[in-house]
Amino acid sequence: MSALLPAEFADLEPYAADWCLAAEPDRWAKRLDSTMEEMKAFYDVCFPRAEEAIAYCDKFDLDDLPDDAKNLLHLLFSFALVSYPIEVWNQPLPIDTGSARLDRIREPRL
Amino acid sequence: MTSFPRPAEGTWTEHYSELGTAPISFQDSISPEFYRREQDAIFRQAWLNVGRIEDLPKKGSWFTKDIVAARTSVIVTRGPDDSVKAFHNVCRHRGNKLVWDTKPTQEAQGFARQFVCKYHGWRYGLDGSCTYVHQENEFFDVDKDKLGLAEVQCEVFAGFIFVCLARQPQQTLRDFLGPMVGALEGYPFELMTERYSFRAENNSNWKVFIDAFQEYYHVPPLHTYQLGPNNRDPNAEFEGAHYQLDGPHRVVTTSGSQKHKWPVETMYPTEVLLRSGNMGPWDATEFDSELPGINPGGVKRWGIDNFQIFPNLEVLIYERNWYLSYRFWPTSHNTHVFEADLWFTPARTARERLAREYAAITVKEYALQDAGTLDGTQLGLESEAFDEYPLNDQEILVRHFHKSVGDWVAAHEGTAAGASR
Repeated sequence: MSALLPAEFADLEPYAADWCLAAEPDRWAKRLDSTMEEMKAFYDVCFPRAEEAIAYCDKFDLDDLPDDAKNLLHLLFSFALVSYPIEVWNQPLPIDTGSARLDRIREPRL
Repeated sequence: MTSFPRPAEGTWTEHYSELGTAPISFQDSISPEFYRREQDAIFRQAWLNVGRIEDLPKKGSWFTKDIVAARTSVIVTRGPDDSVKAFHNVCRHRGNKLVWDTKPTQEAQGFARQFVCKYHGWRYGLDGSCTYVHQENEFFDVDKDKLGLAEVQCEVFAGFIFVCLARQPQQTLRDFLGPMVGALEGYPFELMTERYSFRAENNSNWKVFIDAFQEYYHVPPLHTYQLGPNNRDPNAEFEGAHYQLDGPHRVVTTSGSQKHKWPVETMYPTEVLLRSGNMGPWDATEFDSELPGINPGGVKRWGIDNFQIFPNLEVLIYERNWYLSYRFWPTSHNTHVFEADLWFTPARTARERLAREYAAITVKEYALQDAGTLDGTQLGLESEAFDEYPLNDQEILVRHFHKSVGDWVAAHEGTAAGASR
């Protein structure tokens, strides 16, 4: 299978198939479907590379990202999403979410 | 904790003496009978925000909005002359819902030169006029000129599209909004077009969720983690910098050291990495223009204005030059639909896009905590374990809201009773 991410980010490639998701509802569902261990592993690999990954994407026009850079930015969106379970809540959902849901129904797409 | 000056009376609540300081009943949030009165007195009478001008990007754009509490759906159109109009979404022929996409019970949007009823093929222009009656010669004395759609009063303020379902509105939209909200005319909402939208169906009265967003007294206990990893203190105190009431509308302004200026060790690592968080992207787009209407109390270190626009619109304007609008649409006495829109200046780079994404993520994280209280509160209120509940000075807007709802219902019923005599 060919790589989803630019070659410079081969260390993130093992997470790409799961986390390069274009839509927030898919990223949210993946978060709820993941264990804390899985998200911690992803977070730990992604965090130190995030600044370089942003800089890589910023070499291109935001409206004309090559596919691999687009995948990389989607991966960063997922990283930002899992930072909450890892850094803040210590569980997949916000504390005391109860039975609440909040669906993102519109967002800018790459 | 910072302490902000309060009015001469010593408290905000006593400054607005018509509010009183007594405990209040939340019967208005649990009674099916009161909900029916709200439907008539508020949702069929008041100006209601149904969208933004960005929802109608070009001539021919349209969208539908279901207003369940008024048992209707409206079509909002932008005509060939760029005028914004609204109509009941009902075919003049046999009352079929005129415009819908996959299901009549779902809202729709699009672009059209005309509307065609799916049932018998009658057609209407974007101005509501009937342009075609199928087999017209089979009818008896019909005059197409008199078979247009039922127009609904529609006005635009600062890009917010409002409709009023009353045949003859008691007030123009500007008069209804009053001077405090009206002062926002000219605020550059139109520069913030990058939109993230959310929707939820909640098991509570619509006012219960509005109440959750119009006081910050709950923030330290409920959102203890919002302050960061090293300063979590559920016993921290919160104090609004300024409260102001104007007719049925109200605002609370917050003040404080801006999040992006806090010491790094008090923040979550990803906040620092992405330079964004619950106050929005730190690197704000600067506006060249004046910012009319914000910070009506002139507080120092202005942070957020939380405008509560009667009956069901909230607009939060942030110091980092973005805003958020919430709408709460009752669907019964103990259910409602919640709609949230976050509006940013368009990201120019991947870094800016990611900062907006993180802000949008953050809003959802904490809004889920707010929404998490709803069914528990509704269940508790419906148990009628207590007749009334105490509200503190930081909850003045809750007090004012419920009084305004009661006053609005009483005024409408008084007028209706007077008219029927």
